[in-house]
Amino acid sequence: MPEGLVQVILDGSASGTIYAAVALALVLVYKSSGIVNFAQGEMGMFCTFITWWLNQQGLGLLTAIASGLSIAFVLGVLTERLFIRPVARFGEFPAVLTTLGLFLVFNELAPWLWGPENRAFPSLFGAGVLAIGKARVSTESVGTLVVMIAAVSVFFFVLHHTKIGLGMRAAAANAVSSSLSGVPAPQMFMLGWGLATTLATLAGVLIAPRLFLDASLMLGVIIYAFAAAALGGFTSLLGAVVGGLVIGLAETLASNYVDFIGSDLKILVPLTVLLVVLLVRPTGLFAKSAERAV
Amino acid sequence: MNWRISMILLGRIASIALALAFAHGPAAAQGSYKDPGITDTQIKLGGSYPFSGPGSAYGAVYDGVKAYFDLVNSRGGVKGRKIESIVLDDAYQPSKVVANVRQLVEQDKVFAIFNIGGTAHNLAVADYILRNKIPHLYLNTGAIVFAQDRKKFPYTLIGIPAYATESAAFAQYIKQEKPNAKVAVLYQNDPFGQDLLEPFEAAAKRQGVHIVAKEPYNATEPSVDSQVSKLARSGADVFVSFTIPKFAAQAIRKAAELNWKPMQLLTSVSASTELVLKPAGLAGSQGIISTAFLKDPSDPASASDPAVKEYVAALKQFVPNANPADPLRARGYALAQVMVKALEGMKAPSREALMQSALNMDTEIPMLLPGIRIQTSPTDALPMKALYMERFQGERWVVLGKPLSPSLK
Repeated sequence: MPEGLVQVILDGSASGTIYAAVALALVLVYKSSGIVNFAQGEMGMFCTFITWWLNQQGLGLLTAIASGLSIAFVLGVLTERLFIRPVARFGEFPAVLTTLGLFLVFNELAPWLWGPENRAFPSLFGAGVLAIGKARVSTESVGTLVVMIAAVSVFFFVLHHTKIGLGMRAAAANAVSSSLSGVPAPQMFMLGWGLATTLATLAGVLIAPRLFLDASLMLGVIIYAFAAAALGGFTSLLGAVVGGLVIGLAETLASNYVDFIGSDLKILVPLTVLLVVLLVRPTGLFAKSAERAV
Repeated sequence: MNWRISMILLGRIASIALALAFAHGPAAAQGSYKDPGITDTQIKLGGSYPFSGPGSAYGAVYDGVKAYFDLVNSRGGVKGRKIESIVLDDAYQPSKVVANVRQLVEQDKVFAIFNIGGTAHNLAVADYILRNKIPHLYLNTGAIVFAQDRKKFPYTLIGIPAYATESAAFAQYIKQEKPNAKVAVLYQNDPFGQDLLEPFEAAAKRQGVHIVAKEPYNATEPSVDSQVSKLARSGADVFVSFTIPKFAAQAIRKAAELNWKPMQLLTSVSASTELVLKPAGLAGSQGIISTAFLKDPSDPASASDPAVKEYVAALKQFVPNANPADPLRARGYALAQVMVKALEGMKAPSREALMQSALNMDTEIPMLLPGIRIQTSPTDALPMKALYMERFQGERWVVLGKPLSPSLK
């Protein structure tokens, strides 16, 4: 094994967990509302700021995170009700465009409220470092991966093994028919947005200790997250996590071992993956055709 | 009526009255001044700062500027002329800086433009400045191009040490401390990073300092962890970080996580205790080297310094609630001191005379560290040529030894 390969793999996986966390939220909102929400990351960033602020006010970290996640849920529900539903009846594109507007709103609101400086965000997992031979990885990265796999399990269970989950998927697949079959589609959309915003905030809380918290927390991540979600098929929660890890590893390995890419061009790696997936296998690696026939 | 509305109305009435008074003022007095913005009793200076938006932390610079101008005015002004400072918000957007400068020159009729921040922002107004021959003084940027290309920027002077001066000082310091150093460089892949990297590479070559690895990052990337990891594996024992605050903090933390302990040199752009070193962790920040040119108001050792005392008192009197420990405020105060020196040296009340004064200076400025002089001549547009190295110890920066004046050629 080449010198340092273990460290490169650990670094790549650590970046991968960051992309996966945001990709997961993208997939969840797509699964439960049928649209791609460009404001997803920014809403998560905004609620991460709320969490940070609560923590600064003296609330314990866990309490602050719990409150932040609850506020995120309410924010997601309200956003769907107040901004998305009024335009959704005109079709998907107006709704997607509205999410672009929301992106700008939250991106400007956060620095206006809390200032433009980058902030240290305390980690749930302490500042420890694990040594594997000569290579080192922070407990934060390991903890992030564990929490995300747990989140995937929970959301997978809710979506695929509960009646509410079935209703959410049905509403997203076909709002009219599911309403006719007695599924309260509007409520399902609100619930979906609430859960997705919660998940985006969870992602924010997990990655902010590494990246430092500022209004651009999610800006750099979202491209990688889109690539990860596309690779995973945009409808598979597990696919989003695997996609994130693959992108993180591919990017880090390429920038270390492919000379002409280096650190200059490593942004090309997720974009290339995105392009290839869309050209070769638009359904992604993990999408099942069965899911389309809910 | 609400008191605020009454105050606004009162202000409007007063300004209309003033405008009328000036409209009917004696024509003779106006005639002896060929440039706008200066009279027997007043000098108008225009500025543009990011009071909102992503760069709004830099808006604090103006607090220091205002404190010093108000102090000078309370002492009778510059040779009997009070300074009127007109500032607009640019939200750190170059396009807004252009609009603001036009407004300041054409509507507010300022005498000179003072202390605009940002390289791209000042480049954006350069054409307008050149066409209209407006003094464009003491910018909040260290881009060397303004000092070198005098054909394009004859009315422009930078207000802080050039980034090139800083990075050449880094090379000199590395040679002095670790003659056989193996240097790794992390730099932002844009004009800001290049402006530091290129003179550093040139100076390293001259000094015989060996650069073994350099890694770029893009400001839109989420993290520089993998770059730092790569640099650590290069076996370098000196790490030079040409980064903006967020990535500087990430790099310091990643180095600590990897247990990589090189001598670290950090550009003064990111040498902020609050924004960088505390978030990154004070333990991993010990011993970091940077550069300094200002007296540090947060340092207890400088509390008895008369210049610092005057600064703290002025800020308290004219901009209450502003924390004097912020180095950006001290910087604004120091640059206002340089501006007042330039105004004092004018031999005639004209823009041309102001430029002559600004380009024939050799003086000390109270808020600058001892030995850092403002020295210019018609062929030398680099006001600050020296700076000090400083080291982070405990919870503060400690200034080291004597000032360095690195050669840029």
